[in-house]
Amino acid sequence: MNCIVDSDIGSSSSSGDAAVALTRKPRRPKYSKFTQQELPACKPILNPQWVISVFTLIGIVFVPIGVASLLASNGVVEIVDQYETACVPRNMTNDKVAYIQNADIDKTCTRLIKVPRDMHQPIYVYYQLDNFYQNHRRYVKSRNDAQLRNSKEANETRYCDPERTTEDGSPIVPCGLIAWSFFNDTYRFTRGDQKLTVNKKGISWKSDRDHKFGKNVYPKNFQNGTLIGGGKLNADIPLNEQEDLIVWMRIAALPIFRKLYGKIELDLKENDTILVTLKNNYNTYIFNGKKKLVLSTTSWLGGKNDFLGLAYLTVGGLCFFLAVAFTLVYMIKSRKLGDPSDLSWNRDSSGADYELFRDFTSSIDS
Amino acid sequence: MKRFVYINDDSCQDSYCDNRISNRKYTLLNFLPKNLWEQFRRFMNQYFLLIACLQLWSLITPVNPASTWGPLIIIFAVSASKEAWDDYNRYLLDKQANEKEVWVVKNGVRKHIQAQDIRVGSIVWLRENDEVPCDLVLIGTSEPLGICYVETAALDGETDLKTRVIPPTCVGLDSEQLHKIKGVIECPNPDKDIRRFDANMRLFPPFIDNDLCPLTINNTLLQSCYLRYTEWACGVAVYTGNETKLGMSRGIPEPKLTAVDAMIDKLTGAIFLFQIVVVIVLGFAGNVWKDTEARKQWYVLYPNEGPWYELLVIPLRFELLCSIMIPISLKVSLDLVKSVYAKFIDWDEEMLDQETDTPSHAANTAISEDLGQVEYILTDKTGTLTENRMIFRRCCINGTFYGNESGDALKDVEMLNAVASNDTHVIRFLTVMALCNTVMPVKSNSGTISYKAQSQDEDALVNAAARLHMVLISKNGNTVEINYNGSIVQFEMLDILEFTSDRKRMSVVVKDCHSGKIFLLSKGADEATLPCSIPGQQIRTYIDAVEQYAQLGLRTLVLGWRELQEDEYREWSRMFKEANSTLVDREWKIAEVCQRLELDLEILGVTAIEDRLQEGVPETIEILRQAGINFWMLTGDKQSTAIQVALQCNFISSEPKGQLLFINGKTEDEVARSLERVLLTMRITSSEPKDLAFVVDGWALEIILKQYKEAFTELAILSRTAICCRVTPSQKAQLVELLKSCDYRTLAIGDGGNDVRMIQQADIGVGISGREGLQAARAADYRIGKFRFLKRLILVHGRYSYNRTAFLSQYSFYKSLLICFIQILFSFFSGISGTSLFNSVSLMAYNVFYTSIPVMASILDKDLSEKTVMQHPQILIYCQAGRLINPSTFAGWFGRSLYHALVVFLISIHAYADEKSEMEELSMVALSGCIWLQAFVVMLEMNSFTLLQFLAIWGNFVAFYVINFIVSNIPSAGMYTIMFRLCRQPSYWITMVLIVAVGMGPVLALKYFRYTYRPSAINILQQAERIRGPIYSLGNLESQLKSVEKDVASLSLNQPKNRNSVYEPLLSDSPTATRRSIGPSTFDLFQSTQSRLSSSYLRNCKNN
Repeated sequence: MNCIVDSDIGSSSSSGDAAVALTRKPRRPKYSKFTQQELPACKPILNPQWVISVFTLIGIVFVPIGVASLLASNGVVEIVDQYETACVPRNMTNDKVAYIQNADIDKTCTRLIKVPRDMHQPIYVYYQLDNFYQNHRRYVKSRNDAQLRNSKEANETRYCDPERTTEDGSPIVPCGLIAWSFFNDTYRFTRGDQKLTVNKKGISWKSDRDHKFGKNVYPKNFQNGTLIGGGKLNADIPLNEQEDLIVWMRIAALPIFRKLYGKIELDLKENDTILVTLKNNYNTYIFNGKKKLVLSTTSWLGGKNDFLGLAYLTVGGLCFFLAVAFTLVYMIKSRKLGDPSDLSWNRDSSGADYELFRDFTSSIDS
Repeated sequence: MKRFVYINDDSCQDSYCDNRISNRKYTLLNFLPKNLWEQFRRFMNQYFLLIACLQLWSLITPVNPASTWGPLIIIFAVSASKEAWDDYNRYLLDKQANEKEVWVVKNGVRKHIQAQDIRVGSIVWLRENDEVPCDLVLIGTSEPLGICYVETAALDGETDLKTRVIPPTCVGLDSEQLHKIKGVIECPNPDKDIRRFDANMRLFPPFIDNDLCPLTINNTLLQSCYLRYTEWACGVAVYTGNETKLGMSRGIPEPKLTAVDAMIDKLTGAIFLFQIVVVIVLGFAGNVWKDTEARKQWYVLYPNEGPWYELLVIPLRFELLCSIMIPISLKVSLDLVKSVYAKFIDWDEEMLDQETDTPSHAANTAISEDLGQVEYILTDKTGTLTENRMIFRRCCINGTFYGNESGDALKDVEMLNAVASNDTHVIRFLTVMALCNTVMPVKSNSGTISYKAQSQDEDALVNAAARLHMVLISKNGNTVEINYNGSIVQFEMLDILEFTSDRKRMSVVVKDCHSGKIFLLSKGADEATLPCSIPGQQIRTYIDAVEQYAQLGLRTLVLGWRELQEDEYREWSRMFKEANSTLVDREWKIAEVCQRLELDLEILGVTAIEDRLQEGVPETIEILRQAGINFWMLTGDKQSTAIQVALQCNFISSEPKGQLLFINGKTEDEVARSLERVLLTMRITSSEPKDLAFVVDGWALEIILKQYKEAFTELAILSRTAICCRVTPSQKAQLVELLKSCDYRTLAIGDGGNDVRMIQQADIGVGISGREGLQAARAADYRIGKFRFLKRLILVHGRYSYNRTAFLSQYSFYKSLLICFIQILFSFFSGISGTSLFNSVSLMAYNVFYTSIPVMASILDKDLSEKTVMQHPQILIYCQAGRLINPSTFAGWFGRSLYHALVVFLISIHAYADEKSEMEELSMVALSGCIWLQAFVVMLEMNSFTLLQFLAIWGNFVAFYVINFIVSNIPSAGMYTIMFRLCRQPSYWITMVLIVAVGMGPVLALKYFRYTYRPSAINILQQAERIRGPIYSLGNLESQLKSVEKDVASLSLNQPKNRNSVYEPLLSDSPTATRRSIGPSTFDLFQSTQSRLSSSYLRNCKNN
């Protein structure tokens, strides 16, 4: 007589493992280090040596760069002349807006500037506007790149509000507020009797001339409306040669900005006096904007700007300081890393349990 | 409300639904609207839609609307198609069930029809091993006594066979008559109670009489049960389709939202409020600036009279500008990484059940991080903690202990000798084992006999008796045949005094056909059987035996017998029949009558049966409890068994360390008083390091849940452990609901159909694909092969998922806020007019590529190795308490993004001032600054670097430049040549390095300082792990645990709710010193030799 009796499955499980391992069924997921989350990994920890050396390293790298940047910035000679107030005739200082809006008054103004140090060519001539929001939401959008690029798209004046068309509906080229508010002060420089030519070729980006502004796009209906904004354009010159406009239409990101006016390709000597004859046409008086004329040389880092140098020196210094501070703290208050007795559930262990444990072990010992 | 079912009558069957089962959520028609409606119920989606719509208004949009619409449509399409796919699969499953062929009687003829066409009142014919297609009232079977066997595993999870009987009025009908039967069944409206069916049946003439015949659940065949060992059976359909008891108890699973999801939603809400504030403030300031300053800025040409909505334009612009504060990519990234977490679970080799080769499976891919936040685990017992295989282990016969030495009485030489020498006591004992049961022997064609038992205990006893040469061969009607040592003995089974949970014993009255003597054979729980023994018999040994066995976690039964006098039996038999036929208080009357016979028993001995725990259960529970997870055991089993198992698997501790508090009582008052008492004890002792657990049974629970919910809730909060026995599936679900209402994260684990509702109700449902079928596993969010995988599921997968999601989501907010803060800062320099510093392409790419890809690498990040986590499960508290993503950690990220925005913006505008201040250039400088910073932030926040992570971070960094070089080559693009121009300037690179140094320096310094001088437990373990490496291997520890487990039966765990008072010296200086507290923290063991020493010492203590 035979009968099936429940066998003890559990105890055979360990021997069963081996058997199963031999006959793997396809159901079993394929093993890989990725699927088992066992990819070899590097596990850095923030140990003091590492952190201190990082800060030291940053200090070592930063201070020289800071010094170099400062030197570069100091090597740049920069002359800044603020002229918008000075160019207003004495009798009209109380009503500058009326002065600038009166077309009958001659806006010519002369300024004398002194060269503080030798300046080597090329000397860049910038005009700087303060408190002028080229980045204003209404202003930024108010242009149409297609129209600027292609003469066939002259009618494409989308986004150009409120300077899209003239009153009779014909499109303005270039349309939009940016072009409409084109900066139109002009500068002439003389050193004694010598006229300093300002080279205005190549002041704009080459990519703009080649690809953004078409060579057969001519200004049309520009500044013909009742409301005249800024400067006018010569309708016979194609847009890609109107470099002042191209420069102007590169939007400045901040309300204080400089734009390139031209280059003086002569060296200037220390104590040279330069006579600037300028036409103060552009109206910044309404919004109390400043106008400055800037003559500057350049360095590998750009114009005169101490910020990077100073920042690098400060950061480098701070890093040295931190490295030293961390080292000191590390030496004074050294702490063993990864000490399990610091684990909260170990630290606050109840005394009673510990007593029991001690009793117990001692009873074993005896 | 009643339902009247006319049997076999086509005329009135249309009033009830047909048998079509439908689990579908959508139909073809309502899919789009319903799905869209559901998606738009999410706040985030509404928000993004609003933003996308606003962007269509070109006056206010700072960027191209496609940058929002594109991602939005993709997101919607992805989730809609996922839903559709799921629903389609449900439809296919339903279809399969609905189109199954069944035999139904129509117009007196048996016909094959599809299951969905069964109507209420139809007579359904079933064959052996058929699934019951709807709820039936049994009216005929192939068995002469009108019984049939069903397997109800799919319904209640119990694997044993149940007997179902046809109602008395149908007895004796042959199958011809069954085709023509007519009648009416009066039954209640559909409900979900699978243990109750109070109905009446009346057959119409010519069928016998038209007396009302009461029906109970024993007369039914419920949907999804299987007919077994019965050639055929037929029944009348009473409930069909979704109105069956199974259909009614099938809850609609709600989509689950994890705690992290909820937290993210909360943070999103906070960000949204912040954004509104920013928009209002900036909008107001913008309008003021416009009216005071902008009108003077003639080149802006503001019209004097604006449209009516003019005041709104600037605020709305800011709204759009700030809309990226809430990252649209977050949901997509989260869905993506969550599905990878789920894949990791599926792939995990260590959670592969080697026995059956079943891998674990994450059915719900969305809730992995909740696993790391579990606070309560509600577990089923049978089949979940235990293997659900009862094995006869030991016995004590007439004062002699068998099996104590070898642990298996069947192999005990003494036992075999006793059987061989025909020891009368042993033979009687074996006879009772073989006869006193309701087991059905089934003879297969090959002549082997297998047993079908309602109770696994009886199965074990009969099998054990068979191994000791007392083989139960057959039961034919009342005749029982036993083969003892080759000779066949016949008995006549006179009566069966059935087991009830009140009596706690069962007896049979048999007549030895050979000698004609009548015997009463009894077996039962010790407390129910021993008092019935003959006065004067020495029962002390048996009490000791029971105690000793119980200590070992074995289930004990006391066997007894008595010879009955002929007339005594005849007298009693009459009373028994009478009691059996009473209608009022039948159960009580039968019990009383049984009592009269079950006395003066001669106690034969005690059996000890083991329901083996699954491998690794005590360790798993131990580790998870150390991790601060509370365990509740919810079982349909009886109290004593539940407590025994609980003791065995570290669930509760025996007396000195632990204490069990019983809530019991029959009436409401009793229960109330009992509850009050337990609550009081619990309050007083909650501060003591004592392991308290309360025990409650289903009856008391029902009263409590109805009347004293508040007190019970308090109890639930106070108690770390609870044992609920004799609970129904819906009570299990109610308990889950109760814990959830206290804001606890619950995980329910079970293996049977009776756990399905609990599993669906809990935050996380885990199903064990075990012996009780796949019911639970199918309903569950996670499917594992063995209980012990739970610790890996929670501690490894849950924890990593939580950590990774916490980082990923907060980082997503960080990077969105970073870019947004820069925009806000820029607006102060652009006349608060709402100009966007960045162009549309950059903004979109920033969210979609530049910042999403490196952070994806965090799915491989591991802060601690799996080993370390297993050794220090307490570390889970960081996940449980949600310490890695909460308002304060978020505030840190918020602050960091503000700081970084300031750094990037201020350095950019100072380095690129004056003649360099060109819009496109400055924009790219700031954007590159963000990219540089975020690469370093991800580097610093990662804990481990695999090659993939390294590639993702720096590959993305390189990709940023490549993409921008490409875009810089397109003449029509706004940023034509910009990137080349910048990369040629030394000042660009110097600026980038400066941004990184200023941005990351303080972060690094702060992190270092915290890491070294204010370390969190995670930091300490990281340091420990990386400096010293793991001190000892896990296998070592587990084997140690196990060895202690075996010898020390009364391990207790002492971990009060504050989770920190367990003394646990984890790592000692020398690697050989494996000092560790094991469970009770009372027995701290030094080294393996000492551990052996101590355990033998303990054993000695016990034996003395």
